[in-house]
Amino acid sequence: MTRYLAGRIFQAFIGLVFITTLVFFLVRLTGDPARILMSEYAPLELREVLAERLGLDRPLYEQYFSYMGGLLTLDLGRSFSGQPVIDVLLARLPATASLAFASLIVAIVLGLPLGILSAVYRGSAVDIFSRTVALFGQSVPAFWLAIMLVLVFAVILRIFPVAYSQGIESYVLPSIAIGWAAVAGIARLVRSSMLDVLDSDYVLMARAKGLPPTVVVVKHAFRSAIIPVLTFGGLVLGSFLNGSVVVETVFAWPGLGKLTLDAVNGRDFPVVQGAVILIAVFFITINLLVDLLYAFADPRVRYR
Amino acid sequence: MRGRGPRTVDDALLRVEDLHTHIGVRGGVVKAVNGVSFTIRRGETVGLVGESGSGKTMTLMSIMGLLPVSAARIVKGAIWFDGRDLLRENEAAMRKVRGARIALIMQDALTALNPVLTIGDQVSEPLRYHPGGYQRRFQDRVLEVLDSVRIPNPAARLNHYPHQFSGGMRQRVLAAMALGPAPDLILADEPTTALDVTIQAQFLTLIRRLQKETNTSALWVTHDLGVVAQTCDRVNVMYAGRIVESGDVRRILRDPKHPYTLALMESVPKLGEKRDRLYQIAGQPPNLLNLPPGCAFYDRCPLRMDVCREQFPPATPLEDGGSVHCWAVSDGRPTAAPAAEAGR
Amino acid sequence: MTMLTSAIGARARSVVGRAGQLPIVPLVILGALIVGALFADVLAPHDPLKVELTNALAPPFYHEGGTMVHPLGTDELGRDILSRLMHGGRVSLLIAASVIVIGGLVGVPVGLLSGYVGGLTDSIIQRAVEAVLSLPTIMVALVFVFVIGQTYLSIILILSPFVAAEIARMVRGDALAIRRSNYVSLARVAGASHLRVILRHILPNVAGTIIVVATLQVGALILVEASLSFLGVGVPPPTPAWGLMIDGGREYVATRYWLSLFPGLAIVVTVLSINWIGDWLRNVLDPRQQML
Repeated sequence: MTRYLAGRIFQAFIGLVFITTLVFFLVRLTGDPARILMSEYAPLELREVLAERLGLDRPLYEQYFSYMGGLLTLDLGRSFSGQPVIDVLLARLPATASLAFASLIVAIVLGLPLGILSAVYRGSAVDIFSRTVALFGQSVPAFWLAIMLVLVFAVILRIFPVAYSQGIESYVLPSIAIGWAAVAGIARLVRSSMLDVLDSDYVLMARAKGLPPTVVVVKHAFRSAIIPVLTFGGLVLGSFLNGSVVVETVFAWPGLGKLTLDAVNGRDFPVVQGAVILIAVFFITINLLVDLLYAFADPRVRYR
Repeated sequence: MRGRGPRTVDDALLRVEDLHTHIGVRGGVVKAVNGVSFTIRRGETVGLVGESGSGKTMTLMSIMGLLPVSAARIVKGAIWFDGRDLLRENEAAMRKVRGARIALIMQDALTALNPVLTIGDQVSEPLRYHPGGYQRRFQDRVLEVLDSVRIPNPAARLNHYPHQFSGGMRQRVLAAMALGPAPDLILADEPTTALDVTIQAQFLTLIRRLQKETNTSALWVTHDLGVVAQTCDRVNVMYAGRIVESGDVRRILRDPKHPYTLALMESVPKLGEKRDRLYQIAGQPPNLLNLPPGCAFYDRCPLRMDVCREQFPPATPLEDGGSVHCWAVSDGRPTAAPAAEAGR
Repeated sequence: MTMLTSAIGARARSVVGRAGQLPIVPLVILGALIVGALFADVLAPHDPLKVELTNALAPPFYHEGGTMVHPLGTDELGRDILSRLMHGGRVSLLIAASVIVIGGLVGVPVGLLSGYVGGLTDSIIQRAVEAVLSLPTIMVALVFVFVIGQTYLSIILILSPFVAAEIARMVRGDALAIRRSNYVSLARVAGASHLRVILRHILPNVAGTIIVVATLQVGALILVEASLSFLGVGVPPPTPAWGLMIDGGREYVATRYWLSLFPGLAIVVTVLSINWIGDWLRNVLDPRQQML
């Protein structure tokens, strides 16, 4: 088990290195970031000063090492507003993270029962209904859904607020907008996973032992079926971080997504770089945690 | 074998009467079980022999009431157990019977056991969910039954998972799971097919002994005549959903009457016998979607007659209490060895 | 050779057998959309770029004040929404098609190589693929397009690796499984070179997966492209794009909902049809993954 753990952590680390390197080069692709940071019409001397300030005149490998070194100490440079990037990011992190979790809850609360009912009552009206929902869920763009939700619930019906506030109500619309796409994925996966398991020999055996149907479904079927859904849940959470960019814009949500967009528009490069890295780091960490959870849930992996 | 009604004086534990189970498939209806009747007495082991597709597993599943509901239906017949017709019982009543009175041992222990639950958990389940003598001390019973199937150091292994056991031990765990609640009848669906021959022999001896100790009956479904020889008291031979011959196991092995049974015996090479080629039953297995009204073995039978194609032969009673369904036999004609065309 | 031909033959026969429930509805819808988009120049009733401020924010035909001249109304600059929808569709389809082609051209060989060769090469490629797939797509694309410049090329360029990675991942899975199968071993024993084995044996059996993945990725791509243009980093204005139209209509959503509604519906209908067809393909080509 520890070998497995160590292996996964090492893999995660490699992934991190790869991604941060990728981002480094991505940002410097155009050759002269200073030219982009300031408009082309700025006088050359001014750009040179800027370049020096940002350390852009140093050789590439030096920049790379100081960049990587900085990452290790969590120093992501300074934003153009003067604040350290890491502080700016951390200030906006809670809003995005809490929204991502809220969206996950929405996706699970809606998707899990749909998937289970769909599998247990396969072929019935419930099954067809949930499969239709699944199809729709993956076809609707989150930002448009957000706008339509705002139109219906906030403007016309006036039930929910339009923008961010500390209260729970403000989480409702955005988490539905983000979580909706995942409801489909989760329901489908739960359904197919349950179907596989319900058809299995050990479920037949459980029935042959005369066990009550709830025990058969919950203890035997669900326990095994949930395992692949866990991995998917992790991926889903990661994709929420990605999708938050657009939804945060609609709701003026003070999170990382909106920060990135504003930073891109305001050409605040260090912040952009930092935000992308942070989200990628989250992605990798979540995947790692999910793998560990998987190992815990499936004893076959544990006692390798 | 004709059924006579619920409780009879001949000590029958299970009586299957004219069972018909149909499966709906895209091309039509498969009559998987097409009029099967047999009896199992207390303490007796009855074999159900046939090729794949003969309907033996479907018969087993019909008794348990575990048919895939969407596709399969029992259209006719009765299954008498302990004075009740199992086919008329509702699901709740069946659940009380399953596991507690009638237990199943499946073919492949690796897939029959839930991989994420410990074997201690799984073996104790039938004891836990069936009220009965063991309810309070079921932990002891679990250890007892695991010990009886020769699992070494069972207490230590209660928390182990199925994949941590060898194939043979897993199969014995399945047996323990079935025997725990001390059922009246065990239904075994080819439980040794996945095992090595030596492990198989050990397993069969073990089960036979445990049966004898507790006077438990068994229905043993298999295609392997060797297994039949080792475990069964009586045998029913199935072909295309029907029983074609039944009787005492020694008599059948020594003197099979039905051409199909004969052919099955011929297919097994015997020690000391010299052969150039392995014997093969001529022809193809029947298309179950399109069964002829008469005997399904017609196309492959060296003794076939016109009447065989039109009418399924009734039972001809035999000395050992069994019977055979064959026009050639009931006609009084001596059964001949399969002819040269059969590939010897 | 005969084993392979019979294996493929059997597969083809069963495919035809299962094609029974051809999804007519999405095919028709998609067909209409594609025709409308490709021939937008000819079919669109108006010039999508023509500004007509006097007629700005006109409602669709079913509202009071709407006419059939502009059946879906006009936007804040008086441009005809229907025409803009059709031209916008062309943008989406063009980008999606290009990315799929490039992604496929890169992803399929990479996946085949990774799955077939195995070992260290496979490990390395797999790590790379996983790393790419763990990048937040929209954010990375956002940054990239902004830095490089908003052109068709930059958008296609940044989206291709993601599609390539997904295709490579799926193809690798298949290739791994097939590599171990009997007919491949037989082919190798018979002296077939690695390349021959890959092309004649593995590729045809992987084709099904490729088609399904590609179809489903098209749907995902349209959504991503719409998100990008919504954020302002899609194709440069004044070219109409669905996401851009939705963004443009945002401030009017309370009173002139149609500016945002119709482009959104266009996206939903398009992606829905594509996903529907993709699901059907998946059932037909691999019954183990049946969803519908």
